[in-house]
Amino acid sequence: MRMVSRLVRSLNRTEALVGVWRQGLAVLPRLVWNPWAQVILPPRPPKVLGLQVVFRGNTPSLWLSMSIVTVQLGQCGNQIGFEVFDALLSDSHSSQGLCSMRENEAYQASCKERFFSEEENGVPIARAVLVDMEPKVINQTLSKAAQSGQWKYGQHACFCQKQGSGNNWAYGYSVHGPRHEESIMNIIRKEVEKCDSFSGFFIIMSMAGGTGSGLGAFVTQNLEDQYSNSLKMNQIIWPYGTGEVIVQNYNSILTLSHLYRSSDALLLHENDAIHKICAKLMNIKQISFSDINQVLAHQLGSVFQPTYSAESSFHYRRNPLGIDRHVRPPLSGLPPLSKMSLNKDLHFNTSIANLVILRGKDVQSADVEGFKDPALYTSWLKPVNAFNVWKTQRAFSKYEKSAVLVSNSQFLVKPLDMIVGKAWNMFASKAYIHQYTKFGIEEEDFLDSFTSLEQVVASYCNL
Amino acid sequence: MTQSVVVQVGQCGNQIGCCFWDLALREHAAVNQKGIYDEAISSFFRNVDTRVVGDGGSISKGKICSLKARAVLIDMEEGVVNEILQGPLRDVFDTKQLITDISGSGNNWAVGHKVFGSLYQDQILEKFRKSAEHCDCLQCFFIIHSMGGGTGSGLGTFLLKVLEDEFPEVYRFVTSIYPSGEDDVITSPYNSILAMKELNEHADCVLPIDNQSLFDIISKIDLMVNSGKLGTTVKPKSLVTSSSGALKKRHKKPFDAMNNIVANLLLNLTSSARFEGSLNMDLNEISMNLVPFPQLHYLVSSLTPLYTLTDVNIPPRRLDQMFSDAFSKDHQLLRADPKHSLYLACALMVRGNVQISDLRRNIERLKPSLQFVSWNQEGWKTSLCSVPPVGHSHSLLALANNTCVKPTFMELKERFMRLYKKKAHLHHYLQVEGMEESCFTEAVSSLSALIQEYDQLDATKNMPVQDLPRLSIAM
Repeated sequence: MRMVSRLVRSLNRTEALVGVWRQGLAVLPRLVWNPWAQVILPPRPPKVLGLQVVFRGNTPSLWLSMSIVTVQLGQCGNQIGFEVFDALLSDSHSSQGLCSMRENEAYQASCKERFFSEEENGVPIARAVLVDMEPKVINQTLSKAAQSGQWKYGQHACFCQKQGSGNNWAYGYSVHGPRHEESIMNIIRKEVEKCDSFSGFFIIMSMAGGTGSGLGAFVTQNLEDQYSNSLKMNQIIWPYGTGEVIVQNYNSILTLSHLYRSSDALLLHENDAIHKICAKLMNIKQISFSDINQVLAHQLGSVFQPTYSAESSFHYRRNPLGIDRHVRPPLSGLPPLSKMSLNKDLHFNTSIANLVILRGKDVQSADVEGFKDPALYTSWLKPVNAFNVWKTQRAFSKYEKSAVLVSNSQFLVKPLDMIVGKAWNMFASKAYIHQYTKFGIEEEDFLDSFTSLEQVVASYCNL
Repeated sequence: MTQSVVVQVGQCGNQIGCCFWDLALREHAAVNQKGIYDEAISSFFRNVDTRVVGDGGSISKGKICSLKARAVLIDMEEGVVNEILQGPLRDVFDTKQLITDISGSGNNWAVGHKVFGSLYQDQILEKFRKSAEHCDCLQCFFIIHSMGGGTGSGLGTFLLKVLEDEFPEVYRFVTSIYPSGEDDVITSPYNSILAMKELNEHADCVLPIDNQSLFDIISKIDLMVNSGKLGTTVKPKSLVTSSSGALKKRHKKPFDAMNNIVANLLLNLTSSARFEGSLNMDLNEISMNLVPFPQLHYLVSSLTPLYTLTDVNIPPRRLDQMFSDAFSKDHQLLRADPKHSLYLACALMVRGNVQISDLRRNIERLKPSLQFVSWNQEGWKTSLCSVPPVGHSHSLLALANNTCVKPTFMELKERFMRLYKKKAHLHHYLQVEGMEESCFTEAVSSLSALIQEYDQLDATKNMPVQDLPRLSIAM
């Protein structure tokens, strides 16, 4: 299928911008946006997540879906979180396209169970915890959800304070974190208890600010301590290169290095990349954060909505990203020199894992052979172990067919390297450090972060 | 949401403060149509039931009863404060939050700082504690004063130490009016330098403003309004200098228009903290992002637009013009040349219907003409507030931490040295108890050290930016 081969060629590019074609119901194929997401799986320590699922019968209406609790942190996290739930629910209500009514109902039930809980009057309540250190954004988010009439947030699902973190990672991590640990974890626990079968956490945060980044890192650490058997996936927003916050590079390296120790997967989206999508693929003239967040929400929606697993094609898969294998580079060090591949001349960003999710028309006949080319993968992995494809005939939102690629590859090396470089330059001049030491983050903590991230860069470069 | 308290000291401080409260009321009246006391208003105003005697009258929610400014008014002469209390704003101020005296400071920093400082220390502390008690979550003290006189300069800077000791976690933002070259107070260089030492040591952030720049802005506006060159009329309420529609009658006092500009500055500075937007910026973020080293906390501000034409459609080019203007010397509140100096950091606070793409487009456009320090090449802090100021559809406040403040300080130092070398008027200061010559020498060396810091940064200008060698990791 042309769509899929384009996806394969896209791995060739060194920038993090890839076009994926979606065909809407309109006659002319319309380029919509790029659902390119990158997942960094931490190189160490590898985790095996054994998610036990109990099957209760074969009929679709009784299929169980494991639930995800979303934690939205800071202005960015909350603004995006709202768009995600909105996109998920409106997709679940959208037309069933080519799939059968039974399938559609199973899809809807699965989606609802995964992300929403049911209220007496039938309005679904998002399985979400909203956290922010100042009230304006949460108030806005709650009222927007309620206004939609289709869904809402839980009444007691918010934690809010009066004064923000001031873009200071140290303040978010060392002051707000310990101070509000108990209250926040209590609200999260209540939300987890509401789930019949709990799968894991989806934590939405930005790296550049103070609350999402600092408090986000602290909360993720706590989740690791208290829920070590559950999946923790962090959705991280990579800030614009030309700056939204002056100390964003410091906040970013501190966040990433801390998340490496406690998160299972980091799903990254760059503001610059999504901005380009809005500008070039969608032709939006005056792009607002709303536009950007909606594109992002669509991407995430098309990744997280139910799909059939490859193994059993009758049930919707349980865990959202199928992170149920661990990857470990060979202990020998140097990879073997010969690579057997058909496309020797093209330089691909080497991948550890690729996941393609196809939805809608013609999914069964789609040709994904291009993804099995060994040239795409590091030499110590066979494509069969590193590539996965999920399909469902139920279309996503208004798109007749769609494809998403989630990849763990060298794509992230360049942006990460840039951020580390800029932060290093600033650190060498000691600029702004006094703002962090004031709250207990010392120069050694910065050096630890730098070391940890240089290791990540090196690990990926060596693939 | 947090609250802020405005401390207005001296004649200049109180006159500016008065304009500020006027405009703040106007802004909140325009935004808050239903008269409900919400968190935005509570950042600067208390809601009080005036029928209740004593302190029990505060109301935290519901309809607005009577608004009281979170302000402390201090002056060592009664004239200005009395005028405020007899004017249309009299109900906005809590009469218990005033400290006045009758004799004045005689344009003498030492009198303001040492004499009145010790005399009124307890009262001052009590008023501050009272204001803080009325706040749910106090975030910032805004101090407004002039540098050239006696009360604003001396007592105004004395307060900083008091605030630092009593409320160490609350930010101290100081708006200082620097004397221009043709200042009629002869001892203004002494007062300014002595005050600068206090600002260096005890303020979190200083917004230096000089009268000459304000005056130039007014002349420019008058020219545009009166010349009719553009063929379109200016919306009266939109003048950054105007107070039309506000409670005050149009007195045409000499400094009215200039004070309104400063009042607008303060409103725009706090807008993103008070009102919603897609990218909020709280007051603590200003200090976090714009102060890379504790001593370098002087920020040059520029405001646009100064007026709005009645032409309703605002094509993108006009929006872009707003950004260009913010970086032109005509719109700055301090006479300085940031474009030819080194930027350490820059903040753009946008209000109104402006989106992230407009912001990004303009940053890309303007960046090449500006020089940023090597370790902060992309040093932009941005914020988007949805609520525009009264009379405009959008506005921009640019705050820059830039080495262009150095010439202002150097000039001040020169004027000081000219007087000091001749020991002119020194006896007025030395006869005050607690003042010695060492006060002067310490103040000058504090300023010299600051100037030297800026010098060192300037020296790195035009040097090629080199990436420093990174940590190498053994795999």
